[in-house]
Amino acid sequence: MDPLFAFLLRQGDNALVLGHRTSEWCGAAPALEEDIALANTALDLIGQTQLWLGYAAEVEGAGRSANDLAFLRDVYDFRNLLMLEVPNQDFGRTLMRQFLFDAFQVPWLTALCASSDQRVAEIAAKSLKEATYHLDRSSETVIALGDGTEDSNRRMQGALDYLWPYTGEMFADDEVDRAMQAAGVAPLPSDMRERWDTSVRETMQAACLTLPEGDFAHSGGRSGVRHTEHLGHMLATMQVLQRSYPGASW
Amino acid sequence: MSTSKEWPLWEVFIRGQHGMSHRHVGSLHAADADHAIKNARDVYTRRNEGVSIWVVEAARITASSPSDKGPMYDPARDKVYRHPTFYDIPDDVGKM
Repeated sequence: MDPLFAFLLRQGDNALVLGHRTSEWCGAAPALEEDIALANTALDLIGQTQLWLGYAAEVEGAGRSANDLAFLRDVYDFRNLLMLEVPNQDFGRTLMRQFLFDAFQVPWLTALCASSDQRVAEIAAKSLKEATYHLDRSSETVIALGDGTEDSNRRMQGALDYLWPYTGEMFADDEVDRAMQAAGVAPLPSDMRERWDTSVRETMQAACLTLPEGDFAHSGGRSGVRHTEHLGHMLATMQVLQRSYPGASW
Repeated sequence: MSTSKEWPLWEVFIRGQHGMSHRHVGSLHAADADHAIKNARDVYTRRNEGVSIWVVEAARITASSPSDKGPMYDPARDKVYRHPTFYDIPDDVGKM
């Protein structure tokens, strides 16, 4: 696979999978205001998906569209981080995941604004504004819930403990990353580690949460080699319409 | 929706892109002022309605009483000379 195509799929699939997971809260969030805020976040991410996958489809040059890539690929063609496909579980885990991802996205997109690839730089610049707001909101919510009641603190610590082994995949460089770095398209994900560590440590401290020990990291999402059992179920819901009525539009 | 019952109510004011002053657009629930600003951004500016948000806790607003309507407002009804409509305003003054 062309490394630029693989890189763009990763960008698009991260936004798509997290966007879909976030949209699952629509009509079900614990408060009306949070419900709308989550729907806005989901829409931001789906909008970013259109840009990344739209460019990916052009680069692939096989006549596929962003919609084809989103709705007609199967689990093993997806290149998103495993952390983004695990179920929402509860509001706490949803926001904890959003924060752990946002804390990566902001420095990552900031770096991509200086990409040698003009389109990548433009998409990153547009996405960065949204990601900055997402980070602002998710970090404050993580702090409010971590430093909240006994129950909310327990749930947030549980969410952090559960998600922690999935965070390492964000920084695991591979051939695609090295090719992108060599071409000046993107920095190495591992270059983001220090900044991410600092912001996560500060936020967890403010949230009265304890960073888990151990650096075991699940992997297989970005390469597509080993997704969790959850992605197939998610895609079954997300893709059912295009699978049942191929080419349907409205 | 049990959480929203525990959060205080906030009144939201938005200044539009072309508006000259903040206008009351509605209310929402939030834990504190910062949270209220964020909620207002998400609830009331998602269609590009504004460039500035004010929030004020509803309980902090002192309002006039509807039962005082007569003594409060009726005396101003017949005093047309208080309207500055008897002057010609030059065009280059702009919007007053």
